[in-house]
Amino acid sequence: MSSTEKVNKKESKSTLKFKLPASLEEFFAKIAGLASFAFKFFIELLKPPYEINETLKQFFMIGYKSFPLVAITGFIIGLTLTLQSIPTLDKFGAASLVPSMVALAVILEIGPVITALIFAGKIGSGIGAELGSMKVTEQIDAMEVSGTNPFKYLVVTRIFAATIMLPLLVILSDAIALFGGFLAINMFDYTSLKTFLVSAMANITFSDIIPAVTKTFLFGLSIGVVGCYEGYNASRGTESVGIAANTAVVISSLMVILIDMVMVQLSSIIF
Amino acid sequence: MGDLKNEDEILRISKLKKAFGSNTVLSDVDLNVKKGETVVILGRSGTGKSVILKCIIGLIFPDSGSIEIFGEDFLNIKQDEKSKLRIRIGFLFQAGALYDSMTVRQNLEFPIIRQPDYKKSDLSGKVEEMLENVGLAEAIDKMPSELSGGMQKRIGLARTLMLEPEIILYDEPTTGLDPVTSNEISHLILDMQKKLNVTSLIVTHDMQCAKLVSNRIVVLKEGKFTAEGTFEELEKSEDEFVNGFFKFE
Ligand SMILES: Nc1ncnc2c1ncn2[C@@H]1O[C@H](COP(=O)(O)OP(=O)(O)OP(=O)(O)O)[C@@H](O)[C@H]1O
Ligand SMILES: [Mg+2]
Repeated sequence: MSSTEKVNKKESKSTLKFKLPASLEEFFAKIAGLASFAFKFFIELLKPPYEINETLKQFFMIGYKSFPLVAITGFIIGLTLTLQSIPTLDKFGAASLVPSMVALAVILEIGPVITALIFAGKIGSGIGAELGSMKVTEQIDAMEVSGTNPFKYLVVTRIFAATIMLPLLVILSDAIALFGGFLAINMFDYTSLKTFLVSAMANITFSDIIPAVTKTFLFGLSIGVVGCYEGYNASRGTESVGIAANTAVVISSLMVILIDMVMVQLSSIIF
Repeated sequence: MGDLKNEDEILRISKLKKAFGSNTVLSDVDLNVKKGETVVILGRSGTGKSVILKCIIGLIFPDSGSIEIFGEDFLNIKQDEKSKLRIRIGFLFQAGALYDSMTVRQNLEFPIIRQPDYKKSDLSGKVEEMLENVGLAEAIDKMPSELSGGMQKRIGLARTLMLEPEIILYDEPTTGLDPVTSNEISHLILDMQKKLNVTSLIVTHDMQCAKLVSNRIVVLKEGKFTAEGTFEELEKSEDEFVNGFFKFE
């Protein structure tokens, strides 16, 4: 028994060396899948005919319907961030820098990232579940066999809407967060909105805004791509709908953080 | 049964194989269907009847074999040509597969308004007419979730008929319907063959329907068609497996 076992062991060892573990292989397969999905999105986006009605509907579903959640979060973040930083900065006699600090933090980092994470939770899971259940109930197949292009109708419209709506939501959320900060400052002593805004924007330059806005497009794009990819490739059975929604949120949240890190590095090199 | 005027073979399947992992579903499927012919596929549940239909329409890619439709090699043509051919092929899903975010009317209009040469006039009255055919004119503004399973199935059939396909693949068109509606659907299938010379490939367990509409019946067993003939021929078959489909007591 020993000799054959030895041979087997040797063989399995040597094959192991060159074979990726299943999970790592799956990981790369998923990256490749996402990349080609995103590529296909850009190709189909430019090709007529355009699904204008469905795109407008998705703008509404994806953008307008996320607004309340994003607004509340933005307001609370601006308010609490300001309330917490006033005592600390006051110790150093720098209370007058509070608006500027809050604006920097909100516009450059907290606004985009928190809004994107909320968006990933709400929209990423929604798209994943919706397309996943359409896949499972053969609705996507039904579009395909009737000679229409389900990718164009379902995927392109949703990714496009996510890419356009997230930056708008971030801008709104930033504005509401600053308003929250303004209210917080007024709890301590009176400042006019104009004074607040002037000092808030004093240290923000155009070269700060550009990368902050650019990355929100990438956040929206990646949340749309991941949500659609997971739903569109859901396997058979009801539980795969839940898996699609869940995976969509996990991966797109992770992508948001990763893109944020890369963009910060990049923009510090460029600007 | 209408006699067949045109002897052209519109669908040719040969040596089709398909396995899912270690589960070999189709091992060697051959089938030729002539224009205007109605062929019924019989077989036990889970033997791969739906898989055959999905291979034909291109939703499942077979491991090997060839499929020729309207004289085109369907497995090796470009995507946009495939889409064009698919418009000429109707497919009725086993579970209806209605778009659940759209009304019945929008479901039926969906493929037509996306044709490159679509004109508004193509549509006038057509939705109503197709719904009339399946006896559901009153459902036009309902959502699929408001309909029963059998109604969804009939709407699915109406949607399939909207594009006036030359071949229709039916996956269990009458399963889950009451006998009266089943009979109406069977007659609808028969009418389309007679009036429009539509070619049909029908998967069914409904022998009443098979008897009424079929020109020919094939029996799927262990990944192959093991018996073939008209309803009357197979009814008299000595083969125990085939016989099982025709015995009712
Ligand atoms: N996409 C798929 N992935 C994996 N296995 C599949 C897939 N589609 C079908 N199968 C398997 O193929 C076999 C045949 O399935 P199919 O749906 O064709 O059966 P059927 O003959 O239509 O049965 P029924 O009469 O119950 O509808 C089953 O064992 C099924 O599990
Ligand atoms: Mg089936």
